[in-house]
Amino acid sequence: MEYIHHALKIKYDLCVGCSNCTSICPTCSIHVENGRPILDPNRCIDCGMCYQTCPMNAIYIDQDDFDTIYNYKCPVLLVPSIFSAQFPEKVSQRAILSAIYHLGFRYVYEVEKSVDVLKEVINEKVKDCDAEKPIISSFCPAIVRLIQVKYPSLVGNLLLTKPPLDMTAIYIREVLTEHGIAPADIGIFYVSPCAAKIAAIKSPVGEEKSNIDGVINMNYLYNKVFRIIKQGVYTLREDEFDFHPLSKNSILWSLTGGEIKDIVVGRNLAIDEVHNVSDFLEKLENEDLDGIDFLELRACDESCAGGILCAGNRFLVAERQKKRAKQRPKTVTPSENNILNYKEFLRENMSLGEVKPRSMDKLDDNISVAMRKMKKVFEITNDLPKVDCRICGYQTCKALAEAVVNNQADIRQCFFVQRILEQTDKLTTMEALKLTKKVWGEVKLDKDSIKHLDLE
Amino acid sequence: MHFEYQVEGGDFSNAGTTSSVVKKMMKQLGVDSAIVKRTVVALYEAEVNIVAHAYRGTIFVDLDDTCVKIKLEDEGPGIPDIEQAMQMGFSTASPEVREMGFGAGMGLPNMKSNSDKLSVTSVVGKGTTVEITNFF
Repeated sequence: MEYIHHALKIKYDLCVGCSNCTSICPTCSIHVENGRPILDPNRCIDCGMCYQTCPMNAIYIDQDDFDTIYNYKCPVLLVPSIFSAQFPEKVSQRAILSAIYHLGFRYVYEVEKSVDVLKEVINEKVKDCDAEKPIISSFCPAIVRLIQVKYPSLVGNLLLTKPPLDMTAIYIREVLTEHGIAPADIGIFYVSPCAAKIAAIKSPVGEEKSNIDGVINMNYLYNKVFRIIKQGVYTLREDEFDFHPLSKNSILWSLTGGEIKDIVVGRNLAIDEVHNVSDFLEKLENEDLDGIDFLELRACDESCAGGILCAGNRFLVAERQKKRAKQRPKTVTPSENNILNYKEFLRENMSLGEVKPRSMDKLDDNISVAMRKMKKVFEITNDLPKVDCRICGYQTCKALAEAVVNNQADIRQCFFVQRILEQTDKLTTMEALKLTKKVWGEVKLDKDSIKHLDLE
Repeated sequence: MHFEYQVEGGDFSNAGTTSSVVKKMMKQLGVDSAIVKRTVVALYEAEVNIVAHAYRGTIFVDLDDTCVKIKLEDEGPGIPDIEQAMQMGFSTASPEVREMGFGAGMGLPNMKSNSDKLSVTSVVGKGTTVEITNFF
């Protein structure tokens, strides 16, 4: 099995084993064992729903040490344009930018710089009658992974074009090299608003190696930058009054509906939030949704403004972003956005390799065995209470049945099964307790105060 | 494995339920996604035909490790000339209906091109039986 990097990790010392993460996971990738959530690396798509829901903040993001930026003579930072929208309105873009430079970066660019090039390519693909329709955007890496594991038949619909981040990185590396900076001295870092982008950089899909040298957690950078601004320890830069000016739609790109704003032909749809997206993809697989040309799908509610590493409230971030976009023209000239002078170069380097399906639904590699297992899953699911209470440690009764069939779980982990077996003396209370302890650990089932509770 | 599903004529909101269930099972078996897609397209088309034209119907699904066999039996008006109905572009729909994009006469031909074996039998005034077989 190929190695798939995940950015979401669990801090077991903080986890209280509440299983809220098990419940919310859109790909059913978490179950509980010994009071701890266990993540199935083949199912997890790094959407971050678990991170958001965890009441103990026990899920953290695996990130690079910030100090690695100093390993490079020329550290470059790529910030998504929503970064500046995290701050209160009174904090100026210039202050934010100056504070980032204060941290030691040589160059700072906004990721969406390459959108002006990318949008042309998307329009061409949408116009192309031979393309598999609808074309599904590959911008959101959690969605790419969702399609790989849950909707493998739609893998062929994915747009095989690098997202703005990679394109901007390729451009910057080219320009800096042209300016005589040794490639080994250039370190390109990205500020990520989510876990999915981090995972995508660490194990890229459709690419041999990422164009990014390191990732910085947006929330971490936000705090660092805000502190510098509050303490006023930076020098306000005069040479750059603003981030490199983006066109209106480039600023809106990472918000819901941003990608399809630039598509001038066809029928195009934008859907956000991973469960909404799943519902729609399910429908798309079932019937021919005629005439839809392009789908912008994002895992987070309010798209990147709702990224789990965003410090600001997603609605306020989106609002601030829209306000900024309003002040910008629809198109920019090559003198404003130099990347337009590199259009041909980028076009040659923008293709993504093959995205392979890796279905998680498959019960076995051998179809006959899969058939037998499926029958068994049906039988077991039929006998289970269908309460989806998660006391067995799994998200649903069906998930338990699948685990039982794959010899990963004992059907007697089910609370209802235990009670039924106790009636026929096939299971003692102590045995049942032992089974439940295997799922939830000792602590939850060993409370002295409750043991001696006065019920009279 | 054998399953049966009931389909109500006129219930467009739930058309596609069976194809969704069959799709999920085929995915669990690890059937090639192109074959899953073909099956779903053919079955969905057949299911919608019952909803649109018949009073009610039953879908029988037989699934093993070599193929999926789906039989759709309906009580409905039946098809007078099956051969004609199988021809691409043949339709009984009125111009108004066609203008909306329905009744293009692609239903049965589309089903045929998405199944390895297709048989359609019908008795006018009683109903139609469609059998779709796709091999893995």
